[in-house]
Amino acid sequence: MHRDLIPVWFFVGLLLGVYGLLILSSGLAELSNPPATVLANLHAPVWWGAVMVIVGGAYCLAFRPRR
Amino acid sequence: MSVIALRGVDLAIVALYFAAVLGIGFYLKRFAASSEDFFLAGREMTAWVAGLSFLSANLGSLELLGWAGSAYQYGILAAHWYWVGAIPAMVFLGIVMMPFYYISKTHSVPGYLQLRYGQGASGLSAITFAAMTILMSGVNMYAMAVVMKVMLGWNIHFSIWVSSLTVGIYVALGGLYSAIFNEVLQFFLIWFGALLIPIFGLIETGGWSGMVERIQRNFPGQDFTHLWSTLAHPADNPMGMHWTGIVFGLGAVLSMGYWTTDFLVVQRVLTAKDIRSAKMAPIIGSFFKMAVPLIVILPGILALAVLPEKLVPESAMQAGQHSYNEVLPLMLARYMGPGLLGLGVTALVAGFMAGMAGNVSAFATVWTYDIYRPYIRKQAADAHYVSMGRWCTLIGLFISIATAYVAMGFASIMDYVQALFSFFIAPLFGTVLIGMLWKRATPAAGFWGLLAGVSSSVAMFFWVKVDPSALAIIALSNNAKALAEDMYRALWSCLINVVVTVLVSLATKPKPEQELEGLVMGVTQIPKEVGVPLLAKPAFWAVVAVIAFLILQWIFW
Repeated sequence: MHRDLIPVWFFVGLLLGVYGLLILSSGLAELSNPPATVLANLHAPVWWGAVMVIVGGAYCLAFRPRR
Repeated sequence: MSVIALRGVDLAIVALYFAAVLGIGFYLKRFAASSEDFFLAGREMTAWVAGLSFLSANLGSLELLGWAGSAYQYGILAAHWYWVGAIPAMVFLGIVMMPFYYISKTHSVPGYLQLRYGQGASGLSAITFAAMTILMSGVNMYAMAVVMKVMLGWNIHFSIWVSSLTVGIYVALGGLYSAIFNEVLQFFLIWFGALLIPIFGLIETGGWSGMVERIQRNFPGQDFTHLWSTLAHPADNPMGMHWTGIVFGLGAVLSMGYWTTDFLVVQRVLTAKDIRSAKMAPIIGSFFKMAVPLIVILPGILALAVLPEKLVPESAMQAGQHSYNEVLPLMLARYMGPGLLGLGVTALVAGFMAGMAGNVSAFATVWTYDIYRPYIRKQAADAHYVSMGRWCTLIGLFISIATAYVAMGFASIMDYVQALFSFFIAPLFGTVLIGMLWKRATPAAGFWGLLAGVSSSVAMFFWVKVDPSALAIIALSNNAKALAEDMYRALWSCLINVVVTVLVSLATKPKPEQELEGLVMGVTQIPKEVGVPLLAKPAFWAVVAVIAFLILQWIFW
């Protein structure tokens, strides 16, 4: 049994958190100039990116490697 | 012209994924030192990790793109492959079959056949499985490269080599640990990358009733939103399917065969840390499987309502048109701006790579344990087998790349490989199930039953190719499409397997009962779950899963 193995959930949280930050930043940057997609007025990258940051952060915190 | 144009932030998201999986591979190398670690991830996975990995091994991008395309073509009928074609089988695996796989401490499905029937049935299933797995891996690889070219305009050779070398490196380093970690990552990426499509689609159409109204306007006289009510006659639905094909061919044989005996998915559950986790893993997977149509089937149906153009079959495509299989990328491009588009594309790339990793890790296990060890080098140090596993991961990948290049020369090879793959799954289910439930089944019956099932399936396939009128005999209808034909061929080949296995068993000598302990019902002590709270019992969640499944059938009847 590998007790020192970092749980996969930590990696999931890390990746979701970083992706969330990138998407959120991209959404904020295009707030005044939304892309030509359907329902762009809903600004999905802003709130979806924020959701990903929150979920990713929660996973990182809950499954962070402990000594 | 490509369907999707990526910007800087999208490319950064894709590149970050490649860096992450390689980093995780290097990190996991230190944990994959023994053969138990490399081939079975140390048998220390929780029910959740094993369950999500079990589901994700089947949630490849080819599957996502293909079924979204099928949903555009056949409507909600495609959801049968996620519901009746999966949920009963997953629950059956968890509650009935998993205890025998787990208690026997087998490392693979051919390994179980070795213990139960001996070398004949085991060798036959190992060789066919290894060949099919590597062939599928190559064809998936080629299909991925084609999709990347159509979707993103990427060079085919670039896609094949970059993705396969990345997969080769991380699986050779961390073995099944790497494959499982990446499957769990892929699961989250797919959900976060695709969930906005149905949400936005339903907002655009004004909900389910608005969507149905638009579809009826766009495709008058056709029913795309009922699951069972059009299946009384094959001519009444676009699939040319009768309900017996769905219930018996898909639900009772093909899905049971796939989910309970295809080692690619069963291997994930064998990594569970204890028998309760092993029973729970497929049941956890079944709940998520029930939800997958939300991100795969619903976008395909929504496309019928919202896309201004009509999609066509790949074979009838002309310049400027899009095929059914492009429906998911088209919906992605319709709603997703920069950033979210990169996430969606990463989810598809991750799906392809996880699919490849699943194939090569299953190939490495079956080759090393079920072919190399019994037939080539019986006695060797554990480290030798780990080294063999690492090398044959890379060799398997290079054979896959070669297969991918061969596949380029055959436009319809995907259809043939899908058919080939189905030849071995349905008969294998008969052999494994009888072996687990009937102690009278003999070693000779295991081999001859499997051989009869496989050869009859192949014979039926070629019979229809040579004489198309045979379709009416095999699939009960001249209108039957390839999917319907597969269902019935699976049903007949499994029945032939069962009949031959029973007859040969009655005519030959069975194994003594003491050799069947831990392998067969009636001579195996299955640990009782004494003192386990109701909410932690696999049987309780199995009942909940079946009730949820029945409610879905009723809602979309």
